[in-house]
Amino acid sequence: MKDNRPVNLDISTISLPLAAYTSITHRVSGVIVFVGIAILLWIFNTSLGSEEGFNQIKEAMTSPIAKFVVWGILSALAYHMVAGIKHLLMDSGIGETKEAAPVGAKITIFLSLVLIIALGVWIW
Amino acid sequence: MVTNVTSFGRSGLYDWVVQRISAVILLIYILFLAYIFISRPDMQYQEWRALFANNAIRIFSLVALLSLCAHAWIGMWTIATDYLTPKMLGASANKVRFGFELLCLLILFVYFVWGVQILWSI
Ligand code: HEM
Repeated sequence: MKDNRPVNLDISTISLPLAAYTSITHRVSGVIVFVGIAILLWIFNTSLGSEEGFNQIKEAMTSPIAKFVVWGILSALAYHMVAGIKHLLMDSGIGETKEAAPVGAKITIFLSLVLIIALGVWIW
Repeated sequence: MVTNVTSFGRSGLYDWVVQRISAVILLIYILFLAYIFISRPDMQYQEWRALFANNAIRIFSLVALLSLCAHAWIGMWTIATDYLTPKMLGASANKVRFGFELLCLLILFVYFVWGVQILWSI
């Protein structure tokens, strides 16, 4: 391969299709969940460890900051899950055409928004 | 066959399959937890504890934990090899990527041991 071949299209100047945004968001949400698992495990540990722990978590979950953090992690998980299911469907050959791609992306956004709002209602 | 010491399995295809299977297991586990939370509003400690003291649920949780470790490792490895490259970071890229991968492995190791310890101390 020639070393001086032209590389790097400046991605910030390219207008990307909707599916590109849902795809990168899937990646970002995966990383958020990866980090967020630490907090979820901590909640899991404390709430299962003892009755005081359980009540402590219940008590802590009344604070707006705690609600916001847990909602954030679960929202990332909800999005990752919905986009992940779409990814698996596409892996099995469903919705792979050029026409279907923006439809799939819109369904992903719609369903994850519904879940994220439902999570918000549940937590608050 | 091309082998790669830093991938999870022996080949990219193997990683690909493991990531899909683990995704499905995690999906089922998440739906299961969601079902528990929806069907039992106002759960108290005794009930919460009894759930995970049940051996079937404990083993299901262990399988989900294992899936999480495999899934997240492959995912984070993929991300590392996409962005932490010589083109992005120059000469030190391989060291940075290796460090990042080690950190991910360490975090997942902690998650795993911690998770097992939680499940088996109930
Ligand atoms: C529960 C914790 C989870 C964590 C920490 C996690 C994390 C990740 C990460 C970091 C990636 C790499 C993203 C990329 O390569 O762009 C990934 C990929 C993926 N995740 Fe998850 N994930 C989780 C759960 C799930 C669930 C429940 C599904 C359900 C369907 C899922 C489906 C997928 C799929 C299909 C990919 C492959 C994407 C690709 O090949 O580009 N994940 N995950």
